[in-house]
Amino acid sequence: MIIANELTKRFGDFTAVDAISFEVSKGEIFGFLGANGAGKTTAMRMLSGLSKPTSGKAIVAGYDVYRENEQIKRNIGYMSQKFSLYEDLTVKENIRFYAGIYGKSNQFIKEKTERVLKQLHLSAEADKLVKSLPLGWKQKLAFSVAIFHEPQLVFLDEPTGGVDPVTRREFWHMIYEAAAEGITVFVTTHYMDEAEYCNRVSIMVDGRIDALDTPQQLKKTFSASSMDEVFLKLARKATRAAD
Amino acid sequence: MNAVEVKNIKKKYGTKKSGITALNDISFSVQSGELFGIIGPDGAGKTSLFRILTTLLIPDGGSASVEGFDVVKDYKAIRKRVGYMPGRFSLYQDLTVKENLDFFATIFNTSIEENYELVKDIYSQIEPFKDRRAGKLSGGMKQKLALSCALIHRPSVLFLDEPTTGVDAVSRKEFWEMLQRLKQQGITILVSTPYMDEASLCDRVALVQSGKILSIDTPEQIVASFEKPLLAVKSDNMLQLLNLLKQSEWVEDAYPFGEFHHVVMKGEFKADLSAYLSSQTSAFEMIDANPNIEDCFISLMKENDE
Repeated sequence: MIIANELTKRFGDFTAVDAISFEVSKGEIFGFLGANGAGKTTAMRMLSGLSKPTSGKAIVAGYDVYRENEQIKRNIGYMSQKFSLYEDLTVKENIRFYAGIYGKSNQFIKEKTERVLKQLHLSAEADKLVKSLPLGWKQKLAFSVAIFHEPQLVFLDEPTGGVDPVTRREFWHMIYEAAAEGITVFVTTHYMDEAEYCNRVSIMVDGRIDALDTPQQLKKTFSASSMDEVFLKLARKATRAAD
Repeated sequence: MNAVEVKNIKKKYGTKKSGITALNDISFSVQSGELFGIIGPDGAGKTSLFRILTTLLIPDGGSASVEGFDVVKDYKAIRKRVGYMPGRFSLYQDLTVKENLDFFATIFNTSIEENYELVKDIYSQIEPFKDRRAGKLSGGMKQKLALSCALIHRPSVLFLDEPTTGVDAVSRKEFWEMLQRLKQQGITILVSTPYMDEASLCDRVALVQSGKILSIDTPEQIVASFEKPLLAVKSDNMLQLLNLLKQSEWVEDAYPFGEFHHVVMKGEFKADLSAYLSSQTSAFEMIDANPNIEDCFISLMKENDE
């Protein structure tokens, strides 16, 4: 689903992303970790077709990041903690708006909206403004909206920051289900227990990918008892200041 | 005398009919010199509570005092004695590092030189950049400057509102090490955080959710009060396993927990559950687990919902 080869981004003489290479397969939950300023956001922007790489290659959902970035955008979903839904639109309006942008038919939108709202137990709130919903509901709704158009791949940028521990787990249950349906999930998080929920995890340090493996194997390699320890061991080596 | 005393504090925003209750009858006290954690997700009421205690917001009901002074009547006395680091970076972006610190020192009729010893540990880390504008600092450096500015007038009580939110695991660890050293100087510290794992670094914690305190105690005692048997289970197909566990009659609650799923049992049914899982799935691993603060929070949240 993603093939990155020596992917690099320079801003002036600063190398934000330094020749990263990795592959993500279909239906995989891929954790993309790194300290603040390690280059995660820049890498994600290149992979989602928003920013042209300086050098290297990347194919996302079968499309080239240099030439076919418009097709990439059409085939992916994106959600972050900071930006996801329009607070002044209702639940239903948000779904309609996003599905409309992705060119879904009225018929498709109508049928799927009912189904999604039912799954989220939000049917009674369909006509309420998003800003009136508790944060946890918003985040779950935002995820459903991000995959509403049935993308092949979804990018989640710190989707669970500040969310309570119960909702955080309900959120991960939704991620598991999406992956089981074949949607590839590319996720960043500061919660190290969530790194364990991923099939594979990469850890970025100073623009490079310093480790990439299953959580089990990473713990073995770094003789650590938790992903937290693995992360600390790697990130401590960083010489670059955080953003 | 307690450093902070909170009695039946209430705060509501918006109109009577469609308002949001930020704080619903909260009471607790913090002893002098304590490192006290307010642990809860966004929307729990942490910021409202801090703004009331730093005299920036007036409560709708109840009373509170800081160092013996009333938060409404004696607000001027409190402002002299507390340091406050808001959740959002609120220093002057157009002033340099040193200018910001100078400014805050001057407001409180003191100077950097006079209290340098107190902030040295933290400020020395950003001093090489003292002529850089605050707006141009990295996240971690901004955080250190904000803490220095909150400390420069030698407050006796320090309020830190989510100082580690959005900060990576390494910087979080360093920040808590700084707090431990400040505590040794005798400063009372109230710190809020959405990260459950930070609870164990506090002397005592209040777990808060939707404007209410779920529990208040030492982290050890909160964990010890988790009474139900807890198991950790994993298999090759974690989604299927979770769905199986949720359906089981012996299971009160099951949720992902790192590498494993945590399973709160209704009683001593480990053997029964093991037999049931064997009949449904091929390979799985099941061990006894020790609860941590997050297990307690989840269990208290669900009790509270019922």
